[in-house]
Amino acid sequence: MDLAYSVEHEAYREQLRSFLKKNRNKSPGTGSGAMAANDWQQLLIENGYAALTVPKEYGGAGLAPDILKSHILAEEFTLAKVRPGHSGDNRIVPVLLELGTEEQKQRFIPPTVRGEMLWCQGYSEPGSGSDLASLQTRAHVDGDDFVINGQKIWTSGAKTAHMMFCLVRTEPDAPKHQGISYLLIPMGIPGMEVRPLKQMTGDSIFNEVFFTDCRVPTTEIVGSRGEGWYVANATLKHERGGLGDPNQAASRFHEVLELMKNETIDGRRLIDIPSYRDRAMALQARVFAMKFNGMRVLSHNIKNEEPGLPRWIVKLQGCELNHQIAGLAIDVMGELGILYDESPYIRDQGMWQHRYMMDLGLIIGGGTAQIQKNIIGERALGLPKEPKFDKPI
Amino acid sequence: MEFMLSEEQRMLQESVSGFLESHCPLDRVRSAADAEESMANDVHAGLCELGIPGIVIPEEFGGVGMGFLEAALVAEALGGAVAPVPFTATSTMVPVALLAAGSEAQKQNWLPKIASGEICVAVGVTEQLGRRESDGIKAKNGRLNGKAMFVLEGMEAHGYLIADSTGALHLVDADANGLSRTKLKTIDRTRSVAEISLDATPADVLPGSVSDREPLLSTIDAGRLMLAADTLGAAQAMLDQAIAYAKERRQFNRPIGSFQAVKHMCAEMAAELEPCRSLVWYAAHSVHAMPTEARLMACHAKAHLSEVGQFVARTATEVHGGMGFTDLLGLHYWFKRIGFNRQLLGAPELIREEAARVQGLVS
Ligand SMILES: Cc1cc2nc3c(=O)[nH]c(=O)nc-3n(C[C@H](O)[C@H](O)[C@H](O)COP(=O)(O)OP(=O)(O)OC[C@H]3O[C@@H](n4cnc5c(N)ncnc54)[C@H](O)[C@@H]3O)c2cc1C
Repeated sequence: MDLAYSVEHEAYREQLRSFLKKNRNKSPGTGSGAMAANDWQQLLIENGYAALTVPKEYGGAGLAPDILKSHILAEEFTLAKVRPGHSGDNRIVPVLLELGTEEQKQRFIPPTVRGEMLWCQGYSEPGSGSDLASLQTRAHVDGDDFVINGQKIWTSGAKTAHMMFCLVRTEPDAPKHQGISYLLIPMGIPGMEVRPLKQMTGDSIFNEVFFTDCRVPTTEIVGSRGEGWYVANATLKHERGGLGDPNQAASRFHEVLELMKNETIDGRRLIDIPSYRDRAMALQARVFAMKFNGMRVLSHNIKNEEPGLPRWIVKLQGCELNHQIAGLAIDVMGELGILYDESPYIRDQGMWQHRYMMDLGLIIGGGTAQIQKNIIGERALGLPKEPKFDKPI
Repeated sequence: MEFMLSEEQRMLQESVSGFLESHCPLDRVRSAADAEESMANDVHAGLCELGIPGIVIPEEFGGVGMGFLEAALVAEALGGAVAPVPFTATSTMVPVALLAAGSEAQKQNWLPKIASGEICVAVGVTEQLGRRESDGIKAKNGRLNGKAMFVLEGMEAHGYLIADSTGALHLVDADANGLSRTKLKTIDRTRSVAEISLDATPADVLPGSVSDREPLLSTIDAGRLMLAADTLGAAQAMLDQAIAYAKERRQFNRPIGSFQAVKHMCAEMAAELEPCRSLVWYAAHSVHAMPTEARLMACHAKAHLSEVGQFVARTATEVHGGMGFTDLLGLHYWFKRIGFNRQLLGAPELIREEAARVQGLVS
């Protein structure tokens, strides 16, 4: 056990801090010198603070993978409350880097990393959510094209995205996991219709996407025909890693504490009410536990070892923790906690109610809590698998 | 001993639920919310025909003279239908206050109109439960000054029952001099909440509330009980929808309800909620039959239903998967109604503290 960072990493942290101090007013959303999001991203890449491991030839910073540096980076940006950079899209870029053709990498990665090309994930269908591998959207080959027919649902960001990475059935006679291909589809092509769906929060980030004889060149496939399920699992892994981030829970917890120190009831600070304080402290213990759990995952990752159980629980526990943090904020605000939609007296623009609902959405999205528990039971704990019924019951 | 509903009570339940089913389907709830109607007038009119606004008002004042158990059954049905109509404040809290502390003239003046549904009266007592921002209301020489926040059913009201900073209760006309109302937008678009500003506004104090806090407290008890019953109905509606969905939705070649994970979610919701029904019945029955227990029971009903309601709201949403998170099935109307009931008239921790105090457990 050694929690100290090496001299090299300490130096890195110092360097980063002075960069942030000097440039924080350029960060989008802070101060008048703020840059557009994409210019800010470019500045970060040039200084080696975004798209770290994406090779230079594809527009990244081209650094050797250093998990600890990425971790320091995330910590310092959160601490400084400065908008962090990104690696394009943590679902698609790693997939393209690992499995894309040279031509695909050159065409898609640079604009994605610059933030100019946005992606949406076309996986779920009305009949295929948890049972994703049963998906029915089909593509058959006609000349040099795939011709796509079917429907996706819950596609976040489809209205603003330029591209979709999408799972379609290309081998209808193969077993269900082996009949799927992973396609890259430009949004807005003929035959594609995007219909927004409203969510419980009142926003419409979700969409339905309909395909009627949509044509995409057969070269726009990642991996081979029938390998889509395995390609997709590479991205699902990245998505799961991202949901339930302990740093996010820590910073939200900090915000609740601030709220409890500043708001009063009958002139008494909320933090002075023992039952509220106790709930806050119970959540703080969870926040710490998840943060340190994250340190363990990190330590295994640095050594290139499979972290096992500590990794499998992150999505389940982290999303639940965020939901409970929002729930505490609402409760301590009493009647103020139900205000929404730019109401007079609203606190923090109603973000706690928004988060409370959104976090429930994230408990469901990206693999539901129940599916997470199945995975923990079967993969991490080695419990026998649930018998599968390939025939309808 | 017979702890069950009477034939008449079951008939009341059926007639209110039946009416709401046909006249207040989800589409009507949506249209009211989207048009920002402060209440669905057609639904309210139908309920007036059934005598609902006067349910606890004695016959001598034009009501139907039923008890709080009957009122709780109505609140449960309204929660079950997420009905965008006033009830808790105008039909239970205000009558309780008037009957406990009003002068004969005040009762004669207000109760018959409330009972017929001709007018609605909203309630502003939040500052007496926990002052968040405004300094509350000051009364002087028959006039009120200050702000009342979170006035329940406040936007559609013709009159207000407002507690001043001493706890005395005042009746105020909606069009009285110096009164202005501002809509407070909440997550729940089926009930209205307002901020009422009063500037030397003429008010009519309830004489019995001037040096006695009891009328204020029993008014709050009534409101808490109704919010608890409303949550009971809303949570039951969410559970029913989750069960129906679990039977019908298929994944992995089988109905999702055949997965123990889903079955257990449904069973846990049912196991948590069913005893709540008994708690609400007992609490409501105690108002007339065992008044010494009524306050404690109202506290527990409100706090406990808030907890169970929250659990059911999130779990029923989870059973629906991504569908639960969207507007498609409208599940969020119930989710938000339950969330609203939780925060109004005291969130759980504060009410449990009160439950302890009521029993003399706090030194
Ligand atoms: C906020 C959010 C964002 C999303 N973004 C996207 C996106 O961008 N792209 C995309 O493709 N999809 C997206 N989704 C869809 C998401 O991946 C699915 O909602 C999720 O996988 C669940 O599928 P479903 O909605 O069909 O629910 P279902 O699979 O129908 O599940 C219903 C219930 O059954 C349970 N259940 C199902 N199978 C089992 C089992 N084997 N064992 C135990 N319980 C089971 C579930 O846990 C759930 O409680 C998003 C969803 C949300 C909520």
